[in-house]
Amino acid sequence: MERRSPAFTVVIYASALLLAAVLLIPILWLFLMSVSSAADLAAKPLRWWPADLDFSRYRTLLTWEPNTMGQAFLAAIRNSLSVAFMAVGAALLVAIPGAWAVSRNPQMEWSLYALILTYMLPPVALAVPLYLGLSWLGLLNSTFGLAMIYLSILAPFTAWLLKSGFDAIPRDIEASARIDGARLDQILRILILPLAAPALSTAALFALLLSWDEFFYALLFTSDQKAKTVTVAIADIAGGRVSDYGLIAAAGVLAALPPLLIGLLMQRAIVAGLTSGGVKG
Amino acid sequence: MKLLSTSALAGMLALGAAMAQAETVLNGLFMSQSAYSEADVRAMADAFTAAHPDIKLNLEFVPYEGLRDKTLLAQGSGSGYDVVLFDVIWPAEYATNGILLDVSDRITPEMKAGVLPGAWTTVEYQGKQYGMPWILDTKYLFYNKDMLAKAGIAAPPKTWAELNDQAKIIKDKGIVEFPIVWSWAQAEAVICDYTTLLSAYGGSFLDANGKPAFASGGGLQALEYMKATVDAGLTNPNSKEYLEEDVRRVFSNGEAAFALNWTYMFNLANAGDDSKVKGMIGVAPAPGVDGISKISAMNGSMGLGVTKTSKHPDEAWEFVAYMTSQPTQNAYAKLSLPIWASSYDDPAVTKGQEDMIAAARVSLAAMFPRPTTPKYNELSSLLQVAIQEALLGTNTPADALANAAAASGL
Amino acid sequence: MPTIPTTLRPWALMLPLLVVILGVVTWPLFRTVSLSLSDAGLVATSGNFVGPDNFVKNLGSRAFQAAFLNTAWFTLLSVGAELVLGVLVALLLNQEFRGRTLLRALMILPWALPTVVNAILWRLIYNPEYGALNSALLQLGVIDSYRSWLGQPQSAMLAMVVADVWKNFPIVALIGLAALQSVPRETHAAAIVDGAGAIARFRYVIWPYLAGPLMIALVLRTIEAFKVFDIIWVMTRGGPANSTRTLSILVYQEAFSFQRAGSGASLALIVTLFVMLLASGYVAIMRRSALRG
Repeated sequence: MERRSPAFTVVIYASALLLAAVLLIPILWLFLMSVSSAADLAAKPLRWWPADLDFSRYRTLLTWEPNTMGQAFLAAIRNSLSVAFMAVGAALLVAIPGAWAVSRNPQMEWSLYALILTYMLPPVALAVPLYLGLSWLGLLNSTFGLAMIYLSILAPFTAWLLKSGFDAIPRDIEASARIDGARLDQILRILILPLAAPALSTAALFALLLSWDEFFYALLFTSDQKAKTVTVAIADIAGGRVSDYGLIAAAGVLAALPPLLIGLLMQRAIVAGLTSGGVKG
Repeated sequence: MKLLSTSALAGMLALGAAMAQAETVLNGLFMSQSAYSEADVRAMADAFTAAHPDIKLNLEFVPYEGLRDKTLLAQGSGSGYDVVLFDVIWPAEYATNGILLDVSDRITPEMKAGVLPGAWTTVEYQGKQYGMPWILDTKYLFYNKDMLAKAGIAAPPKTWAELNDQAKIIKDKGIVEFPIVWSWAQAEAVICDYTTLLSAYGGSFLDANGKPAFASGGGLQALEYMKATVDAGLTNPNSKEYLEEDVRRVFSNGEAAFALNWTYMFNLANAGDDSKVKGMIGVAPAPGVDGISKISAMNGSMGLGVTKTSKHPDEAWEFVAYMTSQPTQNAYAKLSLPIWASSYDDPAVTKGQEDMIAAARVSLAAMFPRPTTPKYNELSSLLQVAIQEALLGTNTPADALANAAAASGL
Repeated sequence: MPTIPTTLRPWALMLPLLVVILGVVTWPLFRTVSLSLSDAGLVATSGNFVGPDNFVKNLGSRAFQAAFLNTAWFTLLSVGAELVLGVLVALLLNQEFRGRTLLRALMILPWALPTVVNAILWRLIYNPEYGALNSALLQLGVIDSYRSWLGQPQSAMLAMVVADVWKNFPIVALIGLAALQSVPRETHAAAIVDGAGAIARFRYVIWPYLAGPLMIALVLRTIEAFKVFDIIWVMTRGGPANSTRTLSILVYQEAFSFQRAGSGASLALIVTLFVMLLASGYVAIMRRSALRG
């Protein structure tokens, strides 16, 4: 390993600090806004550090009292979680066998690419027919209906990531298992999936974040607490006649917490997943 | 999948039929944070269900932008809302597309006589009524009495030119840097301000043949006035990004002397917790133009209507009639002024907001409508862009308006 | 379990995946195509067949051309910045230094932040009266009075690109990092021993491993950028004066705001076709370089 010149080391540490600042400051500011008083936020120039930490907005948002903004918000978080888990779970279920098949049969690759083409459709294009379809099935304003739609968005991505993950697992492993008489589902369950765990986590995480993030379909297909997800809820809060920036910021912090936490917990898996299977040309 | 859904549908139908015998379910679409808050509307609805135990209400609240989209989409799906809140600019479009039920014959003569005459345009199209006016609103000129006093100004301006003069005095005295603040973001809000000015200058949107007439005369002068106040440094240049809440914030922070806004701002700025200008607010009808108009006002009201696809039009109409009834309207008069003429003489209504009532009496009677055409949305979009271009200086007011007229397809 | 013939077995495994995706996409897509060839007005009704009229009219309309340019501009700036930043940051994170692991963990944050929250956050930062950016720049002496970032056409698009790049450069960087870590140490070490300078090392040793994954990141980000809707909708709604109106926003306006479902559908298909063209172009380039390299 070459020795670094001291000047280069300084550059590296300076860049690292700059990067850390760039990554952290906006998010930190979001949090600070959520605990600053309205007066602090209206000062010109701004008071960066609030005189008193004001956590009241979190109290407003985290209450289950009926007919409050808090209940609506908590319900939205619940809906986002439920839709995400349903969609991601189902996506993994259908993607694993499919990705496996494509991985072990390269001549089928075109079908996977064809499915990925659906990703290129702007959501606006399908919105109206999807709305009519969901309505006909009675699945408007339901987390299940939304999860169904999300499933179709998540599945190609998941399959693609999983295929790369499976590609990295040598075929000899299953060859010997097959000789020993194992069935396909046994091979998958006992041998392959544990080996592909990093790729699985990456895929699951990607899918979860995509699901949590989705806004457009949720906006059109949900209408009340039964199914409205957190992205729509926060857009409502930010777009309505709420002039308290701190409240908007607090809602933002709460809406971002689950994916942020999951991201932090699983980031090692992402890098591992990307390195092991993932994104080779 | 189809089998599952068919049996699910069958199951739901059976359940629905069983339930229908027990009670009627009405779906209502309302606006979150309109003049009435969600809690207020629910309270009104609860009172209705208390009086009608066999009717169950499902209320949905969406931001303003979602109101029209959801109404249209629900129409297409065949099942949806029974009662919808609509903006004054939509009856033309809704009626043309068969969305609202024509309720002209359900409106009793007492209702006809009791409601303020100017309010009916909110729900009318081609001579028929498509709902009941519910939230009457127009934009008023709010002013900071303290600032005016400091500048030695005795009374709020009666003409737009006078407004400029007073603003200049306030600016020159260093009381505030940009005395006037508006909501001129690229949204319907700017059209409201534009309409107020257009009516002041005696202009019109469409001529007798339905062709655009705003690119000249009063329409052009209105836009020129808007640009002039920005250029003269009297109008807060950030107004181009502001919606009504931003105007309220700036005004309540004491950073403007004049603001054009809806009724709701009065109580919040004059008495709200987060207001720095408590007790200093005065309200007057929007000014006129010398020789053309005494005051100006635009129709920013909203109405409640029954949808054509509703399976329970009678119950839905009862709900609408209840929500717009005089007692209900009077009870919430501090948030939105009643549609009933006699309410304005009722001390219970006027108490605590005499200034507002005095201004409202005059303004509500003079409400000028935005163009009633089914293509309003598109026209509005084009006008919004035109106004923005003129304010940004990328186009002269005359050219911008001419472009909008040409592109409108009218 | 019935024995599926061996040749069909892989397809049997694909079946659930196919059903799930095609089931939800095919009929709506078909309906969109049929809508695009009609003059359907109100969102739910079907109009009369008008053939390619919608396409011709839209391709020639100034609104479409402006939206196309806006979208192309947004894509170019966003994706360009993300690639450059991504590579630089990947190179940095590939170095050894204290705190590297922590920094890598932090990289996840912007990407995990929901798009809508990100859009709202930056809108608050850019607020012309109370925003953090104005305040900071004023206090640092960079500007002498508050500016309106989202209110001027020129700066609005740039401001949004900044918000978008901030959110997305980490994923490009992480992909790049994974690629960098696949560069064999021996080759790299050998190059140093051979006296190759940093730039030569980058070009000949590192780049071959970086190119493929970066290309994939490029394709993904380009598609996303071309479809962009959420961040623009929340930050500016397409304003000021339509200067940030991208294609997806235009489609939404046509179909929903202006009630021209047929025309909106044709616009959506035009966008889709273009994105597919772009993606195929990339893939072709990728294939060719893979064959060569």
